[in-house]
Amino acid sequence: MITDFSKPTPPSLDKRWRLVDATMRRLGNHSRGLIEALHTVQETFGYLDEGALRYVAISLRVPLSRAYGVATFYHFFTLKPAGEHTCVVCMGTACYIKGAPQLLSAVQRDLDIKPGETTSDNKVSLLTARCLGSCGLARAVVYDNEVAGKVATKDLRERLVKWTGHVS
Amino acid sequence: MSPEELEQIAEDQRAANDQYSHHANVCVAAGCMSCQSQSVKDSIDKEIVRRGWARKCQSKGTGCMGLCSEGPLVSTGTGTLYQQVTPSDASEILDALDTEPAGRLICRPDVPFFQRQKKIVLENSGIVDPERIEDYVGSAGYGALIRVLTEMTPSEVVQEVVKSGLRGRGGAGYPTGLKWSTVSKAVGTPKYVICNADEGDPGAFMDRSVLESDPHRVLEGMLIAAYAVGASEGFIYVRAEYPLAIKRLRTAIRQAERLGLVGASICGTRFSFRVDLRLGAGALVCGEETALIASVEGKRGTPRPRPPYPAQEGLFGAPTLINKVETFANIQPIIRNGGDWYAKIGTEKSKGTKVFALAGRVMNTGLVEVPMGITLREIVFDIGGGIPDGRAFKAVQTGGPSGGCLPAEYLDMPVDYESLAKAGSIMGSGGMIVMDETSCMVDVAKYFMDFCMTESCGKCVPCRVGTYQMNGLLGKITERTAGPEDVAMLEELCDLLKHTSLCGLGQSAPNPVVSTLRYFADEYKSHIIEKRCPAGVCGSHASEEAL
Repeated sequence: MITDFSKPTPPSLDKRWRLVDATMRRLGNHSRGLIEALHTVQETFGYLDEGALRYVAISLRVPLSRAYGVATFYHFFTLKPAGEHTCVVCMGTACYIKGAPQLLSAVQRDLDIKPGETTSDNKVSLLTARCLGSCGLARAVVYDNEVAGKVATKDLRERLVKWTGHVS
Repeated sequence: MSPEELEQIAEDQRAANDQYSHHANVCVAAGCMSCQSQSVKDSIDKEIVRRGWARKCQSKGTGCMGLCSEGPLVSTGTGTLYQQVTPSDASEILDALDTEPAGRLICRPDVPFFQRQKKIVLENSGIVDPERIEDYVGSAGYGALIRVLTEMTPSEVVQEVVKSGLRGRGGAGYPTGLKWSTVSKAVGTPKYVICNADEGDPGAFMDRSVLESDPHRVLEGMLIAAYAVGASEGFIYVRAEYPLAIKRLRTAIRQAERLGLVGASICGTRFSFRVDLRLGAGALVCGEETALIASVEGKRGTPRPRPPYPAQEGLFGAPTLINKVETFANIQPIIRNGGDWYAKIGTEKSKGTKVFALAGRVMNTGLVEVPMGITLREIVFDIGGGIPDGRAFKAVQTGGPSGGCLPAEYLDMPVDYESLAKAGSIMGSGGMIVMDETSCMVDVAKYFMDFCMTESCGKCVPCRVGTYQMNGLLGKITERTAGPEDVAMLEELCDLLKHTSLCGLGQSAPNPVVSTLRYFADEYKSHIIEKRCPAGVCGSHASEEAL
C-alpha cells in the first residue's frame, strides 16, 4: 500500500526522466495516463525495468501490481533490454503464407536463440511481430527500425553476418 | 477560422498548384517508404533544383497509390504512373515529362488493377500531401465540416448518415447511422468520440494506409461525428507499431489546431472539440470496443459484458461513439455528395465501397477499393492479376483470425456483409489473403488458432482454455498423430467457444477451423487417416528447426 503521496524521486539522476515526467504531467498525473507513461519510458530507455515501473506507479498513484499487469499484458512492452541490433520477423498472415516460418527458423538456427531472446554477446535481439502492415511486401523484416520488404533467407543471413561479424 | 478564410486557403492552394506545368508525386506511405521512396523523392528534388525547374515542376510526397508490390511508385500530373523507381531514374522521369513517358518504368494505368476500382475512401491517396493541411483543404477538405457547422443541425447530420446506409467497417457491419443516433440521444455529458485505429488483424493494412495517406480525412470525419452526437472530446487509438501513421496524425492534429478547426469554438460556432492520440501496445483484443475503452483509460485491455453498450456507458462511464478509421473516412464524401448518392453505390444491404488489403499468393498485392457486391473472382483474378507461377488457386481468407477460408466454389459470390457471413467468413476489417496449393489449410487454421490463443486476454474461461485446447488438437493433426476422436472434440470446442465466450475475439476464434473443416475436410482426413500433408507444409517447419 502506497501511503506517501509526495512526488517520488526518479530512479536515477538521468535527465531523460524529465521526458517521462512531462508525459505524466500532460495527462494530469492521472492513473489513466499509465500506458502513455510506459510508452515514454520504453521509447526513452528502450525497456521497462523494476525501478521504472515503481516510479511510474507511485507517480500516478496506482498499485505496482497494476503497472506490472499492464506492462506484461501488452506485447509491445518489454522488461528486458534489447541487444545492439534488433531483427523483427513479421509473422502476419501474408508473410506466413509466403514462408516467414522458414525465415524465422533460419535465424533461430544461425543465432541459436528463440524469439524474444538476445544473443549471448548482446549483439542481436530476435523478435517476431504480429503484423507490420507491410503485407504487400511480404515477407517483411525490420532491421533496427528500418522495414525491408520481400526478404529472402539469403538477405537476412547477410545482414546477420554483418551484425555479428562472423558466420555461424 | 471563418468559412471565407478556409475558402481563401483552398483557392490559394489551387492557384499554387496550377502555376506548375509539371508534377511528380512520389508515394511516401509505409509500403513504398520501405523500398526507399524517400531517396527517390530527394533525388527528384535535387534534379529539379539542378535543372532550375523550381517554378515549373512540383514534386511532392503523397499517400498510397495502391500497387504496393511494385513500389516505389511515382505519378505525374498527366496520369502516367511509374513503378519500381530508383533514385537514379529521376533524370529520366523529368526528361519524359515533356515528351513520351519513359517506357522502361511505366506501369499502365488502364490495367484492371486500376480500372475495376472505385475510390471514395482513397480518393485523395496518391494525390494530396498528407503532411500539409493546405493541400487537403485545396481538394475540398474540411468543406463538409464547414457545411455541417453552418447549415445543418446535428440531427440532420445523423439523418444523412442513416440515409447513406453506411455500415461500420469494423467487421460486424453495424449501421453507422443507428450508432450515431443512439449516442446522440444518450443522456450525459461529456460525450466522447473514439477512432479505432488498432488494426490488429494480421494481414490487414487499410487503416495504416488511410492514416498515412489522408489523416485529415479521418479527422474531419471525427469532427463531423462529434458535432452530430454532441461530443466535446475525442481520442484516436492507434497501434504503436505504426510510427509513420502516428507521426502524420500528430502533424495533422497540430495543423488543424493552428487553423482553428480543432479546439474551442470551431469556425466561430459554439462547437468545441479536442482530440488526442492514445497509443495501443500490441493487443488484438483491443479492437473490441469495451477492451479498447479500458486501454484508453490506461488499464489492461480486457472486455466487459455488454449491455451497457459504450453508446450509453463508455469511456470514463460517459456515452461514447466508437468507429473505425475507414468508417470515419467515408463521412466527408457522404456529407459532400449526400446520403442518397452514397446509397446508390453497392448492394441493397451493403452500401458504398470497401477497401481491401490484398496480399498473399497473388500477382498484384496492395490496397484496393471496390464497390460492395463485386465478386471475389474479380478481386483475385482481375484486380489481383491471379496466382503467380502458374499455380492453382486454393482459398481466399477474409476477416483475419475471426474470419474464414473460402474455396474456389465461392469465387463468384458477391462481396457483401451477408454473403460472406452466410459462407462462413466475415467481411472483417478488410484483410484478404489469397492462398494457392502450397498452403495447407490445417496449418493455416492452426496459425490462426495459435494467434487467438496468444491474444486471448484471459478474462473468460471458454476463450482462455478453449483456444489453448484447440491449438493443441490442431497441433496433433498437423503432426499427424491425431485420430478421428480429436476432430469430434475440435468440433465440440468450436461450438462451445462460439456460444459461451465473452467477446467477439473468443466467439469468432473458431471461424477459421469451422470454415476449413467445412470446405477442406479432405485435407484434415489426409492428415488423420493417411498421415500425410497434401501440401507438404506440415512437418517441414519442424524439420528445418531440428537441423
